[in-house]
Amino acid sequence: MQKIAVNDLDRLYSAIAQAMRLYLPVEVAGEVEFRPYDGAAKVRLDALQTVKSAKDAFFPISEDLMKFHKEQKSFTIEPGKELDEDFAILGVRACDARSFSILDHVFLTEPRDGFYAARREHGIVVSLACSRPEETCFCQTFGIDPTNPEGDVVTWLADGNLYWEPKTEKGQKLTDLVKDVLTDAEDVSAVEKQQASVRDILKKLPIGKLNLDYFTSTDQLEIFHRPEWEELSQGCLGCGTCTFVCPTCQCYDIRDFNNGDGQITRYRCWDSCMYSDFTLMAAVNSRKTQMQRFRQRFMHKLVYAPLNKNEFSCVGCGRCLRKCPVGKNIVKVAKKIGGDAQ
Amino acid sequence: MQLTEEKTAGETAVEEEYTPLIVAFCCNWCSYSGADTAGSSRFQYPANIKIVRVPCSGRVNPLFILRAFQRGADGVIICGCHPGDCHYTTGNYYARRRMTLLFSMLDYLGIEPERIRMEWVSAAEGAKFAAVMNDFAATINRLGKNRKLRDLRCAK
Amino acid sequence: MREMRDKLVSRVKELLADGSCDRVIGWRAGEFCYDVTPEIFTADNVDEMIFDDFCGPNQSKYLVNAPKSDDKKIIVLLKPCDSYSYNELITEHRIQPEKIHAIGVPCTGMVDIDKIRAKGIAGITGIEEDEAGTMLTVHTIYGDSTVAKKDVLEDRCYFCKGKKHVAGDEMLVPDEEAPDTPEAGDRMAEVARLEAMAPQERFDFWRSQLSKCIRCNACRNACPACTCRTCVFDNPASGVSAKVNVNSFEENMFHIIRAFHVAGRCTDCGECSRVCPQNIPLHLLNRKFIKDIDELYGTFQAGAEPDVRGPLVSYTEGDAEASVVLRREN
Repeated sequence: MQKIAVNDLDRLYSAIAQAMRLYLPVEVAGEVEFRPYDGAAKVRLDALQTVKSAKDAFFPISEDLMKFHKEQKSFTIEPGKELDEDFAILGVRACDARSFSILDHVFLTEPRDGFYAARREHGIVVSLACSRPEETCFCQTFGIDPTNPEGDVVTWLADGNLYWEPKTEKGQKLTDLVKDVLTDAEDVSAVEKQQASVRDILKKLPIGKLNLDYFTSTDQLEIFHRPEWEELSQGCLGCGTCTFVCPTCQCYDIRDFNNGDGQITRYRCWDSCMYSDFTLMAAVNSRKTQMQRFRQRFMHKLVYAPLNKNEFSCVGCGRCLRKCPVGKNIVKVAKKIGGDAQ
Repeated sequence: MQLTEEKTAGETAVEEEYTPLIVAFCCNWCSYSGADTAGSSRFQYPANIKIVRVPCSGRVNPLFILRAFQRGADGVIICGCHPGDCHYTTGNYYARRRMTLLFSMLDYLGIEPERIRMEWVSAAEGAKFAAVMNDFAATINRLGKNRKLRDLRCAK
Repeated sequence: MREMRDKLVSRVKELLADGSCDRVIGWRAGEFCYDVTPEIFTADNVDEMIFDDFCGPNQSKYLVNAPKSDDKKIIVLLKPCDSYSYNELITEHRIQPEKIHAIGVPCTGMVDIDKIRAKGIAGITGIEEDEAGTMLTVHTIYGDSTVAKKDVLEDRCYFCKGKKHVAGDEMLVPDEEAPDTPEAGDRMAEVARLEAMAPQERFDFWRSQLSKCIRCNACRNACPACTCRTCVFDNPASGVSAKVNVNSFEENMFHIIRAFHVAGRCTDCGECSRVCPQNIPLHLLNRKFIKDIDELYGTFQAGAEPDVRGPLVSYTEGDAEASVVLRREN
């Protein structure tokens, strides 16, 4: 393990940024978001979470897939450019780090998504262990250890230092690039001490570990027809907040933008199954009521995903608990519907 | 904002020669005829003013104006019948309130309010039409390219 | 607050029992003290209804889509500020007041959990209010803290319209006897501060704010004035429908149009800013329109009374020309 003093972190950032694009949690007008490092940015590694999750780095909110140029009577097609250079994303929490493997199930199984695959291939994930989990955290439900996250490089902020441990070949490559600013850490007791104290806190979290057995042990139609969906979905505004802050939501829409001057851009953008105009490209939205749309989102995360991929489509980051304007969230659904198993 | 979005604030250092694009929304009954009068009376006004005929200045929706800027307009002017002369009696009065508020909002967002103008031109006022357009074109020339309210996908 | 809740529930029970009403839009407690949820209760479960410092969301919009019943009324609970939206919805014929029984409930300011978090208080498991309702004890997994309630209210509560309800079939407590609302500041001060900036400064301010927008549409969907069946931004035939903001132009366009479409009808209830996951001060866009309307066309408070023609659907012959914007001194 290596380390760098917190006061010297700018040296680390600029060393990485010299070699590749670096994204990290930055304060923008009062909120913390992943943004490119540019020297002037106010980096906020202390923040528990960014508003949008880190999935943005691999599955961006919108990206161009191809362009069509119209000239008189002919069209030329210009394919979109897949990413061909490395980038690093630093400060990814354990929950977000796990979310990438859930997205992989969707984008990397056949038919494989080239744009996503290129980003995964070139992206180096530098995760950051949690030192101060909060009441909305329930990542332990999904077997995530916030004191020891996944990632190409794992870091810990403890005792005035950032401890740095490469875990993969990619991580080692990044470490070699910045080896001049890192020093060897022989004494890692600060990390161990922090891990122990965080584990104590994790035991105290009010919703830290949910029992979701009901969802994997019950017939999906039975869950689908549970009467509680009606009252659970009441009050849902049908906005996309939960979807857009969620690290595992992966629905997207593909749209064309015609610039009126012979150039059409086909782009992909995030979509939400909570929207009334979801799947309009297939003529209509087959889910007519907000209850149906609400049910779909949680059935997907808690029932269909484990059924198909053997993995819940939730990582327990708690963003929906913090951000839903009317206090709806997956924990309420899990408790109300799967309540017997609690 | 996209995480991967390139910073677009920086412009290319060498700016090619700039010909502003101006969109004029003209009401069918007065100002469009005013443009016609200007033409038949041989009053000169710049060729880079593109006229969009609308049934009434009250038909102009704020989205029309924003989308004109999106598609590359450097200035937008709305022309209608003089107050009291609206073909539909009151359309231009409503338009006046709406446009005033919209202009003020653009100003509030830091976008140059001089890029948008509202003028009353009757069917007989060919000379006024040409004068207004010449003056507006001069203003837009002075302001330079619209950078604050444009869509780079539409940039040439 | 507890007493108020009991009083409210017993009154609601009476109404449900006498047969005039059959359901009530109330509040259900969440996992924590702050994630309360609006829900429709009936006589069977009305005891589960809560009412406390986190019952902030404006309920009036739920009336637009609430399930209809021919003979029985639905009960809605209006805080003083919500009653303005209620009037506005009546004016626009989006709700039928004869099918609604509106109870005016008093409010002493609603608490914003993000404000408590912003004080560095993390891991909040519970909040208790003292007898006087001025101090809050915040329990967290890292220990307890105390904050003054007046320091952690929702933004809009610092510009409270007062304790007077402008609509409602009955008041839980007569307005004169209701507890005092928070002291109100000058709601236009922030707008004036922005107006006084240099244009580039203003541009940069809004760019950094609006660049955070994730286009979740929460501001639109929560807004009691946004009640179109299909929003122009959801309508594929409009030419501007979109699911996300692809670039800065779309960020600007969405927010200009969102605010413009409610101009003259916005009661300044502050829901847009409350629900924004990115805490963009969207109310400052709406307030700019309100300020302009007040200055140019005479003071107007949307929803102060029902069935009034708003400033953007009326005119006078002597209205200022649009060029007034250029001549104003900012």
